[in-house]
Amino acid sequence: MSVARTPIPIVPARASARGKSAAFEYLTTKKDELCGWGRKFSLFPYPFVTACCAMEFMSVSSTPYDTDRFGAALPRFSPRQSDLLMVVGTVTHKQAPVLLKVYEQMCEPKWVMAFGVCASSGGFYQNYAALAGIDRIIPVDVYIPGCPPRPETVIDGIMQLQDKIARQKHPIITKDF
Amino acid sequence: MNAAIFDTVRAQLASVAPDATVSHGTLVLPIEPHALIHVVETLKGPCRFDMLLDVTAIDWPTRDPRFDVIWHFYSTAHKVRVRVRTQVTEVDATVRSLTPYYGSAAYAERECHEMYGIRFEGNADLRPILLYEGFVGHPLRKDYPKLAEQPLVPYREGFDPGDRTAG
Repeated sequence: MSVARTPIPIVPARASARGKSAAFEYLTTKKDELCGWGRKFSLFPYPFVTACCAMEFMSVSSTPYDTDRFGAALPRFSPRQSDLLMVVGTVTHKQAPVLLKVYEQMCEPKWVMAFGVCASSGGFYQNYAALAGIDRIIPVDVYIPGCPPRPETVIDGIMQLQDKIARQKHPIITKDF
Repeated sequence: MNAAIFDTVRAQLASVAPDATVSHGTLVLPIEPHALIHVVETLKGPCRFDMLLDVTAIDWPTRDPRFDVIWHFYSTAHKVRVRVRTQVTEVDATVRSLTPYYGSAAYAERECHEMYGIRFEGNADLRPILLYEGFVGHPLRKDYPKLAEQPLVPYREGFDPGDRTAG
């Protein structure tokens, strides 16, 4: 698609009265919007990968779908360095204390994604062993349906989480600090 | 070739397992619980069944005796399988452990013990292996409630699980 455009003339910034370049030296915005804009594009995921959804997680992380376009592709394998807990797969009652510990080790701000139906509601594991949804023990920000979810569904989930982060308040001083 | 080794096993165990049958290429030996050690010694010794593949149970809730306990053996020499099954009551769900004969019995019996509540006399370590300490009941018994939850982590304050039986 080639549309002839009138070239935009580049005007050199005029020196200000103080002698510095005046172009974009100041930007006015709101603190929450600026923090949200910065945080939504630097999600460091911690992959809490327990089951077959891991295959779909690898698929959506790799080149054809490429979550790096959303700034969410660099997995950190220490909860202290990450701010997005991706719970990918079934969590059993026996494993629940581990998940809770990982969540509590993450620093604020942090978000949680329930990846696939098992993490969201237990899926078809309605039995003695499986935790019927991780929201029973930790708060969840975005649920991704599917068994496993299509990569497009995961990307949609990431984008919805980004919107949520952009709309959130980002207090500089929290109750924990 | 299967038939030949099956005939040998049948002949050796005719006194304790007179009702032996062949099911899907596996010799099935129904026995009384007290004959177990004799059967296993015969299978492992002269018949050369050198692998214990699995120990499991079946719950027949309306039958008395309530449980079947089942062992699967494999012979790497003959390349055939044998299934040994016996019946135990709910009150006295006890059979002898096979740990002196097969090392693999230790873990398989632990699993069978936690899932069905079968006691294996002589197995010194019957701690839960897939379940966790403090789990009440035996989940693969038919009378274990399907939607019962025994969480290790307390649920979040104000969490409403909703109606799990719906749908």
